[in-house]
Formats: sequence, structure tokens, C-alpha cells
Amino acid sequence: MGIFILYKTILASCILMLSLLVAMYSTLIERKIAGFLQDRLGPDRAGPWGLFQPLADGIKLFFKEEFMPNTADKFLYILGPSLTMLIALLTSAAIPWGSNLVINGKEYPLQVADINIGILYIFAIVSIGVYGIMIGGWASNNKYALLGAVRASSQMISYELAMSLAIIAVVMMTGSLSLKDIVQQQHGFNWNVWYQPAAFLIFLVCAFAECNRSPFDLPECETELVGGYHTEYSSMKLGFYLFAEYINMFISAAVMATLFFGGYNFPFMDKLALSPNTMATIGFFVLFSKITILGFVFMWVRWTLPRFRYDQLMRLGWKALIPLAILNIVITGIVILVK
Amino acid sequence: MQLISDRSKLVSNKKMSFWEKVYLPAVLNGMRITFSHLFRKKATIRYPETKREFAEIYRGQHVLKRDEEGRERCTACGLCAVACPAEAITMIADERKPGEENLYREEKYASVYEINMLRCIFCGLCEEACPKEAIFLTKRIVASDYERDGFIYGKDKLLEPLDREKRIDVSKRETKEVLEFKKDKSKKHNS
Repeated sequence: MGIFILYKTILASCILMLSLLVAMYSTLIERKIAGFLQDRLGPDRAGPWGLFQPLADGIKLFFKEEFMPNTADKFLYILGPSLTMLIALLTSAAIPWGSNLVINGKEYPLQVADINIGILYIFAIVSIGVYGIMIGGWASNNKYALLGAVRASSQMISYELAMSLAIIAVVMMTGSLSLKDIVQQQHGFNWNVWYQPAAFLIFLVCAFAECNRSPFDLPECETELVGGYHTEYSSMKLGFYLFAEYINMFISAAVMATLFFGGYNFPFMDKLALSPNTMATIGFFVLFSKITILGFVFMWVRWTLPRFRYDQLMRLGWKALIPLAILNIVITGIVILVK
Repeated sequence: MQLISDRSKLVSNKKMSFWEKVYLPAVLNGMRITFSHLFRKKATIRYPETKREFAEIYRGQHVLKRDEEGRERCTACGLCAVACPAEAITMIADERKPGEENLYREEKYASVYEINMLRCIFCGLCEEACPKEAIFLTKRIVASDYERDGFIYGKDKLLEPLDREKRIDVSKRETKEVLEFKKDKSKKHNS
């Protein structure tokens, strides 16, 4: 039991560190990709190829003046970014990062918590995420922040519906809510995306909206709302909000890779006949490269598409994605029934 | 309607077709375009390490030339200041004292000669107006500064060094054609 707890603690802290590291370097990669897509070089001053840029940004954010508006609700003002950060980090617990490690004949799963309602857990946590933004926007006592927060919450709630409905089709196919089961059923090249392309597309669009990323970055649109919900935030509190966005991006890419792209599975994995430990390591890197590719898609889309108008956003969510997702469920149901 | 050029496009408010309403083809096309830019030659450079090539006749920071014997050529006639469209040049004239013949070429010289680099538009009219071949634009660029005062360049920054090795070469801007052109009074724009 002691070893079990120790192992889980080590694993959880590793995943925590990994999420933070990835989020840190996502900021640099995002800026680099933005530069490349716009025929620029991107940041390259801090260290070789700008590799120390995230550190410089972090140091800058720490040393910025800690500003709090006079009229702000002090407790909620601090709670907002903390909650956002906490929730962003919680989701990674349910994701299977690789197949089982075998040490001294005992199996150690590369997953912090193999809960039988994995997807449900992730959706529950992600839905709480809106509170961080809402509380932050409300506590700032600023009209821009409030407008941004209102936009954020209505956007996230609308798109969560379509997102969950898209997943229901996958769950119907798999017959399990456990992420581990879903991954194991996608063994080899038997990925869900081949059976559920529509669900994947809906999920992808909703993931953009959930992470408040362009083209659905209305809650924080710089041009209209002066930064949206984090207008009044400065220093590391702002850093937490920005950081949480990148963690969310990383986690949603991981969820997408797990649900649709076979997680740590890769084609011809049975023919290699490797030891379980090597298999788990390779699987982890396979999953990580899938996440990287999906993360690139996130950034690629951001620097390609202009922002949606708010009514267009709502129309797309309620009138296009939700009916499509329901249709997808119906069709999946019929196919399963016929089989 | 009479169109002035053939480049104008008529705006239409036609209803979007199905594929346009779906957005996806347009989105994918946009992503294809941005992706192609990923590998394109970058328009920016790593500035202090690599520098852009300047034309030999680039119009950058001015230099006040000395003659062969190291004497200042400028006589503070003020033609450059008059020619300057941005009114960036100011000067105070002074009389040469006996014993200063090795410093100034003629009896009158500029004791203060200032160019405000924030006003200057680097048009080169000062150089064109100068009858003494004293002021030239060079291919050096004006350095940035934190203060506005720092952009008012006096003789300390404008005058070329006395050392013959460190003289600034302006022969490219002082070609025979240019000198010929300057002699032709009929082509003078500020006569």
C-alpha cells in the first residue's frame, strides 16, 4: 500500500511538472509559430533560438507590480486565477499516459486515477473551469472584465453541450466511460476517428471554444474588451490565467488524442514484440507526439482564422453543432443496432 | 457606371452557398495558405548579427567633411538650413581667429552646427545645396536613443575624425555626374 501511494505521488508530480513545462514552452512555440506563419523569425533573443524566453517571461511576470483595484472583492479576486489554475491541472489525472509498467512482476499503470467515469470526471472538472473566469471577471469590478466573463461563461456552457453530445457517440461505441477502456479498444490502428469523424470535428471546434482560443477567443478579445476577464489582473495572477489557458490546451489535446487518436496506441504495435516497459515508454512518446501535432493544430488555426462575431458564435454552437452532434448520436445508435 | 480603373470590384450581397455556409472548405483553404508560409523565406532578419545590405548611395546619418589638410570645409553659409524642408539644421557662424588656419578652410566657420535627427527626413537636399562639398549623407544609420535630446547631433557627432585613416568615404555620393549636375545652375531647384 505504501509503495502504491508513493508511486501515485511520484506519477502525479511528474504529470504536474510535465503539464507546467509543456505549458511554459507552448507560449514560446506559439509565438514561434505565429512568427513563422507571418513570415517572421519569432522570438530568438533569450538564449539559443529563444529557448529561455519562457523563463524571461516568467521572471517578468513575477516582478511586475501587484495591482489590485480598490473596488475589487479581495477574496474572489485572488480566488479567480487560483481556481482556474487548479482546475486546469486537475484534468490530467484521468488521462492514461501509457500502457502498464512492470516492475518486479507488479503492474504499475501510467495513469494517476483509473476511474470508471473518466470522461465524466474530465467534463465535470472542465465545467468548473468557467467559475475561475466568472469569479475573476466579477471580482475585478470592471465593465470590460464583467462583459468578458459573461461572454466566457455563456460560450463555455453552450459549447460544453455540443462537446458532451459528440462524446456520447464515442461512449456508445465503446460502451465504457473509463478512458483506459476507450484507449485499449483503439488497439493498433483501430482509432475512433475513423468511425467518428463527425464527432471528432465537433469535439475539435468545441475544444477551441472551451479553451477560449481563436477563432472563439471572445472572452479575452484584446480589440473589443481590452483583455476581457483579466483586464484588471497583473503580475503572476495574470500569469496564472494565461498559463492555465496553455495547460487547458495541452490537456484538451491529450483528451482528443486519447478519445479519437488511440492514445498511446500506434500501428503495428503487436508485431514489435517488445517488453512491457519499452512498450509503455514508446507509447508515452507516441501519445506525446500526437498531443504535439494537435497542439500545433490549435496554434495553426489561431493564426489563420479571424475571430467570430458573438451572434455567429452562438448560432454555430446552438444551431449547427448541437443538432449535428444529436444526429451523429442517432446515426451511431442505428448502426450499433443494425450490427 | 463609369469605372475609373479596371481593378475595382463590384460588391455583391449574394446568399452563401451550402459549402460557404459550412465554413470548412474556406477554413481548410486558409490553413493551407498559412501552412505554406511556414516554410517560406522569412522577411525579418536577426538584426545585430546579420545586417541588411545598404546601397552605396544610402542616405543615412550626415557627415561634415574635412578637406585634404584636415580643415573643416563648412563656412556656415546656411544654404543647407535654407534648403532643408524639415528645418532640421541650425548653425551659429563664427569668424576664424588668426592661428586657426589649420582648423577651418575659410574665414568663416560654424561654431555650432546641429541637425535634429528626429526632424530630418534624409532627403539629401542639404547635400545638394552645399556649395563647399561640406555635408554628405552616409550609409551609417542614426542610432536609437531614450531621450529626445540625444537626437540633436552637434559637431561632435557630425564632424568626421581628423585621422586620415578614419575619414568617411563619400566618393559614391560625390560622383562626377553629381558634381556636374551641381554645377548646372539651370537645374537648381531652390534658385
